[in-house]
Amino acid sequence: MSVASRLSTVFVDALELSDDVDVEQLKYRGIDKWDSLGHMTLVAAIEDEFGVQLDTEQVIDMSSFQVALEMLEGMGVHD
Amino acid sequence: MTEPARHAGSDLSGRVAVVTGGTRGIGLATAQALAQAGATVVVTGRDGDRAAAVAKELGPAAASYPLDVTDFDAVGTVFRTIAADHGHVDAVVANAGVLEDALLGMIRAELVDRMVATNLSGTLATVQAAARVMMRQKSGSIVVLASIVGEAGSAGQTAYAASKAAVATIARSAAKELGPRGIRVNAVAPGLIRTAMIAHLPEELVQTRIANTSLRRLGEADDVARAIRFLVSDDAAFITGQVLGVDGGLIL
Repeated sequence: MSVASRLSTVFVDALELSDDVDVEQLKYRGIDKWDSLGHMTLVAAIEDEFGVQLDTEQVIDMSSFQVALEMLEGMGVHD
Repeated sequence: MTEPARHAGSDLSGRVAVVTGGTRGIGLATAQALAQAGATVVVTGRDGDRAAAVAKELGPAAASYPLDVTDFDAVGTVFRTIAADHGHVDAVVANAGVLEDALLGMIRAELVDRMVATNLSGTLATVQAAARVMMRQKSGSIVVLASIVGEAGSAGQTAYAASKAAVATIARSAAKELGPRGIRVNAVAPGLIRTAMIAHLPEELVQTRIANTSLRRLGEADDVARAIRFLVSDDAAFITGQVLGVDGGLIL
């Protein structure tokens, strides 16, 4: 499974998203469930799934699905 | 002396508890109280050797990590390490703090920086790091160390009192943010406690404070430790966002 697919699954599970949500277009606070609390749950889920540790700056900067994906790729997580 | 029997709510068996600044005073007494309640205690302190010695005294299950809470990033790293080493973190006592007295007109900027760096920023970093670990578990209890002077004010302690008032606010705010994730956050606000931090006080002032204390004595570190042990236990399962005075009825 690709990193993008795995990340999409993490978003769906962590934020408890319904099937009709376009996950790859999501932005922080773009939906009610991705609020500040959801963000921290999401961070924990991403760290667990990909075995990485996000520092505070990365947590703050993770403003969209695409940014999260780029962040993971920048940390050496690849397909 | 026989250790009193523990009832289920106060039993901390199977819990992992972290105490920052756990090498002396209230932190040490808290580490001992939590260990006696059955918790696996992790002690942190700026003096890694001293922290290791305390852990050794607490028993084979205890552990230690050197940590200066003024290093924001290091706090996160140490908590992630503790979580990895122990599997979970159930209770965190953000105890590390510093106290320096100065009359208002004699407060240097550097003193303010030191108070803020340890008491405010260090506590905030600890709560943040603890929360990141506990969010995975959707459970946990955090206790921060405020002070009666942060609640009531104290001549000659404006900077310290302000930093401790901030600590109480951290507890109230973090409790609101973390409650929906099953994490409780409370503060204890000790009065005048017999520790090395008050050894510099003039005896006359100490006696005046005792006279102004309803219970007519200094507090002991154990008095505070028992309150913290209660707050992290299941006996306090429906208590969050509170600042619990442990001051013997001291009026400042």
